[in-house]
Amino acid sequence: MALTLNAQRSSAEAVRASLTGGKRDVRGMLFMAALLACLLLAMLTLIVLLWDVVAQAIPVFDKRGTSFLTGELGSNPDKVGVSQGIWGSLMIALFVVVIAFPVGIAAGVYLQEYAKPTKLTRFIQLNIRNLAGVPSVVYGILGLIVFVQGLEWVTGGRSVIAAGITLALLVLPIIIITTAESVRAVPAGIREAGMGVGATRWETTRDHVLPYAAPGVLTGTMLATARALGEAAPLLLIGAITGRLASAPGQSIVERMQGKFTAMPIVIYGWSNEVNKPGKKTGLTFEDLNAAAIVVLLAVVLLLNALAIVMRNRFEKGRQG
Amino acid sequence: MTVEEINVVRPLGLGETSGRRGDEARSVVGGRTGLFTTADLSVYYGSFRAVRNVDLSITEHEITAFIGPSGCGKTTVLRCFNRMNDLIDSARVEGIVAYHGVNLYDPDVNPVEVRRRIGMVFQKPNPFPKSIYDNVAYGPRLSGIKKRNDLDDIVERALRGAALWDEVKDRLKASGLGLSGGQQQRLCIARAVAVEPEVILMDEPCSALDPIATARIEDLMQEMKQRYTIIIVTHNMQQAARVSDRTAFFTTEINEESDRRTGVLVEFDRTETMFSSPTDERTEQYVTGRFG
Amino acid sequence: MSSLTPANPLVLTIGDLQGNLRRLRKERFMHVLLFGSAALSIGISILIVFTLFREAWVFLSGLIEQSGLGALIDGGARPGWYPRDGRFDLPTIVLGTIIVSGISVVVAAPLGLGAAIYLSEYAKPRTRSWLKPILEVLAGVPSVVFGFFALRVLGPDLIQPLFGTRTPTSLLVTGVAIGILVTPLMASISEDALGAVPRALREASFGIGARRSTTVVKVVLPAAVSGIVAALIVSVSRAIGETMVAALASGALGQAPRTVNPTDTGLTMTAAMAQLAQGSDQVVGDTLAFQSLFFVGAVLFLMTLALNLVADRIVERVRNQY
Repeated sequence: MALTLNAQRSSAEAVRASLTGGKRDVRGMLFMAALLACLLLAMLTLIVLLWDVVAQAIPVFDKRGTSFLTGELGSNPDKVGVSQGIWGSLMIALFVVVIAFPVGIAAGVYLQEYAKPTKLTRFIQLNIRNLAGVPSVVYGILGLIVFVQGLEWVTGGRSVIAAGITLALLVLPIIIITTAESVRAVPAGIREAGMGVGATRWETTRDHVLPYAAPGVLTGTMLATARALGEAAPLLLIGAITGRLASAPGQSIVERMQGKFTAMPIVIYGWSNEVNKPGKKTGLTFEDLNAAAIVVLLAVVLLLNALAIVMRNRFEKGRQG
Repeated sequence: MTVEEINVVRPLGLGETSGRRGDEARSVVGGRTGLFTTADLSVYYGSFRAVRNVDLSITEHEITAFIGPSGCGKTTVLRCFNRMNDLIDSARVEGIVAYHGVNLYDPDVNPVEVRRRIGMVFQKPNPFPKSIYDNVAYGPRLSGIKKRNDLDDIVERALRGAALWDEVKDRLKASGLGLSGGQQQRLCIARAVAVEPEVILMDEPCSALDPIATARIEDLMQEMKQRYTIIIVTHNMQQAARVSDRTAFFTTEINEESDRRTGVLVEFDRTETMFSSPTDERTEQYVTGRFG
Repeated sequence: MSSLTPANPLVLTIGDLQGNLRRLRKERFMHVLLFGSAALSIGISILIVFTLFREAWVFLSGLIEQSGLGALIDGGARPGWYPRDGRFDLPTIVLGTIIVSGISVVVAAPLGLGAAIYLSEYAKPRTRSWLKPILEVLAGVPSVVFGFFALRVLGPDLIQPLFGTRTPTSLLVTGVAIGILVTPLMASISEDALGAVPRALREASFGIGARRSTTVVKVVLPAAVSGIVAALIVSVSRAIGETMVAALASGALGQAPRTVNPTDTGLTMTAAMAQLAQGSDQVVGDTLAFQSLFFVGAVLFLMTLALNLVADRIVERVRNQY
């Protein structure tokens, strides 16, 4: 009797020991630590980058104030500013909004709501996925040949119009793919309800499918705009000005849009290659100025990205709940 | 070839043909025996034949129930009556579905107009994520009714017709999604009747509802049949026995070549007959609960 | 016929079922408009292919006239990419691209895959909900900013002291910077691949008492292997096409001798293109040197297209698998 009781107790203890993990899983812990390190290392880069850039940019905003934002490109670090870059980038964003948003959303809606699974449809889908993977510098060639040279009578040559159209085409696949994805997530019941009371396909799409998919579509458009604002390579090929860009007072807006231009990423690229001689008055170098220009660009681009991510996560959570 | 000539030579399979568009019935199928008449109706999904050779005739101002085991194609057949199958890319319909003698699958027929005249209520309540008012007013607005007063009248009439008015009249601006499941389904019925259809197709309308909500909808159907013709798909035999005037029993047959199941119509008769003295052995087995 | 129609108001005609013509026309118009938008993408592709290959052909025929196709592989004692001198040694810039993208994959593969495994297999939902967005923000940093960072910080403060390179800029710096740049992409596609592994497989492994790390290594990773390969290929393709980091941090300005040493300065295909284009204000655009830009662009396009098509096939297959 006592013996069996003892045996029972010892086996119970053995079970308890094995359940609480008698010896710790050291290798498993190390494995997890290594994985976490990978993630943190990638993030650390982001933090160092931001820290470094912001620290270097603070004196610029301190000493130059708003004249940094209103000044023009030139060779004197005491005077130069990014106004032309901001203007160019805003124009590019405008082209993306006007061209890429409607066309991209329309194409995404077509692929998800209208297209029958034919060979042509599959080809269009494959084609769009591949377009999304074409290096941006190749789009620059397209812009140079087609919009700078071919359509010079419209664009005025190496102009912000040519750049805007090119970048609109560059981000088109992003908008198409995100639109198609968010439209796909719309429950079938919504469509059936619309068509069931005698709405046409388009009426159903306009009144029910698109409003339901709107947060996802908006996320895609914001990501696309951020991408277009940060792209430099195609602009280099189109011929954005990296050095000095003289202002021509009295230009009409069309003349200005058809004339020489630059954009924030190009300003950053140009200043990265400038000689680092401090300005006489402020003691600021082009490297400092460049850090400030990066802060201006990053503020817009990262804000758009962060908004898009937050919105997408809200959207996904709302749909699940 | 002129338009008229194309119309004349288009094969219709059954019935008479008239060359004129618009002023006279052009393809009259199966006489006036039923509101809907199907002839040799088969539906395919890709190469898979889901239902074959269905011939039936639906009588006006009656409730017709489609019953049968799952996969027997009862929903598929129902969706032929307002061309809802068009929304499925791979679906293909053969044969004829005549509505008032007009083949609904005639190439000149606009499925959008068909769906306006033949409303549908779905398995899962699917109100739009909009206000109760806008849910009901959506259909009428599409047909061009814009005046506030007219819309108010229609919305009230439709909600009364769906026995929902008293419950929601004080919160018409509230979201339709805030209602209970049974209320949502009655909202969907109101949305369907707002465009004044002649027929309402119901695809297992109570399968997501509790018994009390189900009973309300069944009562509502009895009232509604004075004004509408109703076809209901149900997996619930008792429901078919309770509400319907006629019952069609579908089942599946195994196709020996492909080893896939195809739906067939076994028997179609008055509901009392179907449940008391069916002709076909399979019907009897099903209604007595011995199979399916 | 007439006996049927007026006698019974319920007899319909096809005309009654044609619906509102205005709405029908609008529907058709929208259908065409939406299809046109989707088809536009084919137009863009055709334009890209057409312009690239037409201009590349102009360059090649010009080159044949001037010095023969042999100029594409410099046989001299000190071969290199010197477009202004009419020396277009393709191996120089292709090697530069291979070295840089190779290094970037060495950086991005473990970082991205590790991050993906952590997010997908270990992180609690709450941790994941704020770790992942940070990674996604990293993906949003413009490449020109990364170029500046590589040029001013990564090169002089990290890579040069660590590897003892002669200059703060080098192919190595470029590769590391691009590696960090594509890490979020690698992580994102790998995470999708891991997420596609059925939960039942993991549960089966846990069910026989396997540890989490064992389950990940022995069950989840093998099941997701093709998706991870696709992630690798896409990352390589992206690294090959990355331009601004290479233009800023690889050290050579428009010309470079052939090298296989990552610690040297050098040129990638993309950097060569960017720097050719930049000089184009002076070079007007009709010289052979400028046109070599299009030829390099065409080669770059074909390389990335091939990689993207392969990755696409793999991803499609994985999607159909589960």
